[in-house]
Amino acid sequence: MPIAAVRHVHVSDEPLVLIPLMQAGEAAAPLAVMAGTAREDPKLLIVAQPRNRDQRFDFLTALAELLVPYILARRSHTETVEATKNREEWDRCTDAPQLILPNPGGVEALRLLGRSARFRTVDGPYPVDARVPLLGRYLTWFADDRAPMPGSSVCLALTSVLGQHWATGQSALEDQHLPALLSWIDPPRGMTGAEAALRAEDPDLVPPAGPSTDPAFDTGVLAPLVRAQEEARAAEDLRAVTKAEEELRIALAAQLEPTWQTVWRGIDVLRSLPAAASDQLRWQVDRGRFTDFMTGIEEGAPPQAKRPSAVAAARRLADLESAQQSYDRSQAIDDPLVLARYRVGGEAFAGRITFVDAERQEIKGKRAWPRPLVVLHTEDEVILRPGVKLASPARVAQTVRLRAVRPSPSGSGSEVELELQSGMGRGKTPEEGSVPLVGEERCYATFLAEQRGTRPDLPEAEQTPWTHGGPPWPYVPRAEEQAETWE
Amino acid sequence: MPTSSSVPQATAGAPDAAARQAAASAGTSARLDALRGPVAPRSHDARTIAALTVNPGCSRRAVLDAAGVDKRKLAERIGFPARYGQSPFAITRGIAFEKQVKAENCAALLELLRGEPLNFSVPEHEYVDLGVEPSADPGAHAAVDRATRYQRTRDLFARVVAGEPLLADHPLLRLDVGGRTAYVEPDVVALSARPAGVSDGSPARLYVAEVKSFAVIDGQADPGKVGAAATQAAVYVLALRRLFAELGADPRLVADDVILVCPKDFANQPSAHVLDVRRQIAAVERQLTRLPRIGALISDLDPTVDFDLAVDPAETKGEPGRDHRTAAELTKSLTMIEARYAPECVTNCEMAFHCRAESRAAGAADALGRSVRDALGGIEAIEDALALADGSSNAATSGLRADQHEAARLLRAAARAYDEALRVAPRAAEPDGGAA
Repeated sequence: MPIAAVRHVHVSDEPLVLIPLMQAGEAAAPLAVMAGTAREDPKLLIVAQPRNRDQRFDFLTALAELLVPYILARRSHTETVEATKNREEWDRCTDAPQLILPNPGGVEALRLLGRSARFRTVDGPYPVDARVPLLGRYLTWFADDRAPMPGSSVCLALTSVLGQHWATGQSALEDQHLPALLSWIDPPRGMTGAEAALRAEDPDLVPPAGPSTDPAFDTGVLAPLVRAQEEARAAEDLRAVTKAEEELRIALAAQLEPTWQTVWRGIDVLRSLPAAASDQLRWQVDRGRFTDFMTGIEEGAPPQAKRPSAVAAARRLADLESAQQSYDRSQAIDDPLVLARYRVGGEAFAGRITFVDAERQEIKGKRAWPRPLVVLHTEDEVILRPGVKLASPARVAQTVRLRAVRPSPSGSGSEVELELQSGMGRGKTPEEGSVPLVGEERCYATFLAEQRGTRPDLPEAEQTPWTHGGPPWPYVPRAEEQAETWE
Repeated sequence: MPTSSSVPQATAGAPDAAARQAAASAGTSARLDALRGPVAPRSHDARTIAALTVNPGCSRRAVLDAAGVDKRKLAERIGFPARYGQSPFAITRGIAFEKQVKAENCAALLELLRGEPLNFSVPEHEYVDLGVEPSADPGAHAAVDRATRYQRTRDLFARVVAGEPLLADHPLLRLDVGGRTAYVEPDVVALSARPAGVSDGSPARLYVAEVKSFAVIDGQADPGKVGAAATQAAVYVLALRRLFAELGADPRLVADDVILVCPKDFANQPSAHVLDVRRQIAAVERQLTRLPRIGALISDLDPTVDFDLAVDPAETKGEPGRDHRTAAELTKSLTMIEARYAPECVTNCEMAFHCRAESRAAGAADALGRSVRDALGGIEAIEDALALADGSSNAATSGLRADQHEAARLLRAAARAYDEALRVAPRAAEPDGGAA
């Protein structure tokens, strides 16, 4: 059942679907990745022995070969953004990359891969290909910097996104299972959502969407194949190695293929919803952040810190909070179904305008200010107190003050008396169209009138007070990081 | 942890504990035995004891656990096999890491404790591996039966109480769980040490160390795994404290901080972390004291209810034996004991899939998760909630309890808001601009 009328995430024209599988029991040992931008053409990368460091780095190099061109292709076209108060004129990329993963576990796996790769260097005790640390920084940007940011669409976990737009007949925990969730939303012909979801949960019929594999698959299929491959390698029997690796590929492909199809089906389902009006503005922010990140890399910025400094952490927290606030707002403005939730919670009410006094004024000092009075009839229970500030999605910039709530003379519902306070132009009388009309349906909500969060005043990083650890140390690649054995 | 794999299954229930319990509640004990039927009871281990603290309100699991019924087998028999299992890769890695930490008489562990950032003051320890025969070749892990190992552990800790610094590897401890003795095996070691800053004059305390193979990356680990490790460690602390009390020593000598040893970042380098498990100790203790009261749960049970998983010998030789109880009979018995299902059960109880099917068939709000159930404020069936939201059926409203009116009112408000919202056009992006 849809709980959103429009799509609140951006779906790129050419998203890159990425399905990681990780080895059980290891911190970040990739087993396989199926990735690509075309449904018909999945690319499969595997690690024959996930515990072998060299093979892991070979894998990361191969993954970089796949990802880096995709990312760079989005860097090439830019548009000029005119200078504003806070920023000089700059060029913004006209597109940004978008990774789509099956679930939050996949994003976490990506984050760990990014963390394990970004401090690597081309020299030192364990030299790697130059693309590996770069890939690490990209992955960190996707999975750690942007994925948790409300409203950002460059790195999406499909289960979370689908769950944001559809409600199912199972619990939130079970909704984490991509095939089951999609079975509820879009059941195969001739089956109910419940039946399809039950079937989708059987790991023998439908392999799990990762990043962990089914333990029965590990025991029955994977372990013997990995062993065969190792033995062939030890015996230096090249033909046997090739054969064993080929078998491993086939087995892993069989585990990944169904999820690959499911993810693309999920993308189809998402695309079937019309994009919300704010979608382009949000994607524009993503494009801007992408441009900034790429510029940083081109200008030689160090890799993302393991732990942010005090100032960076405070700034990040403020950014997350204000992003959440503006994402909540724009969703409620775009989508009546989202707004309905606030009505149930008592933060908003909706009804029909029954009376308007557009002439009303208030004398303040020497000037008269337009203060029209509006009465709205609602069936919602209004638990808000007089004096509270409200705004309507129909006219967000207009602040309205609640004057009184009284039971409706008609006997059902209540009458709310409101005073319009702003958004009526500069004149003595309200501008044309700025006052609601009798008979109009309106919804008013408290959180829409709230002041947008302003960033707290934070010192420059170099001026961090000693109470917060003092200025952060400049980044120097440490031998310890290069030498991190990762085995 | 797989350290017990080489140890043969001893029959559970040490004579003294069983006798004590039998005298106290012979009736309950006999009824529990009858519930299980003529098969050996499954004894608790640290993992199942820790699981008691999750969802303690579930009578079904409490009874099955108290009776020592093999829940995994039961679930299989009634057609809802639990899908658990540990990957062989995870097991191998766990064993390898534990070996590394314990190599050369736990040298790596002691070094971690003495070094940054813990800086514990740890005296020289005599290392004793209680998992192997003292006389045997130190490399060979000969199987030792539980009673012997427990006795040896007890003797060793008597020396610890007397003040000897001993490092006990593979100790075997006992814990009385609902009248039945369970053996628990701290997968490591207990050793006496003083944290940094504690004066040398105060008595050294005994620490339980727990080796886990999940990684701590940049100082952070999966909170679920840390939580499980903490609860398991709390079981060990509790068992060790009971032993100290039996030996006439102060149980508080066993620290309520435990030491968690995990691989650091992506390497196999171990790192040690101190975990405060006081809360977990309290939770486990509460569940253990509650278990004997299981009598109240089973006293009203119909005498025909049982979970006998025995296989009757075949009438003709060579034929496979027949199950004593059919799946239908077992299922019927299960329905006689109330379960408290929540979707999280799937991760820690073998019966979860059965309870889920039952809960879904009944249309219970529990099946949708705890937050949904709580939001419905006492309306238990999904169907009732839908009827109330609809508002058309007065029948649904008239049967309400006083405390359900508020929930009913909210449901109606929600349904109205949703219906009205469906009639309002959303603000969608312009179709031509959508591709930007």
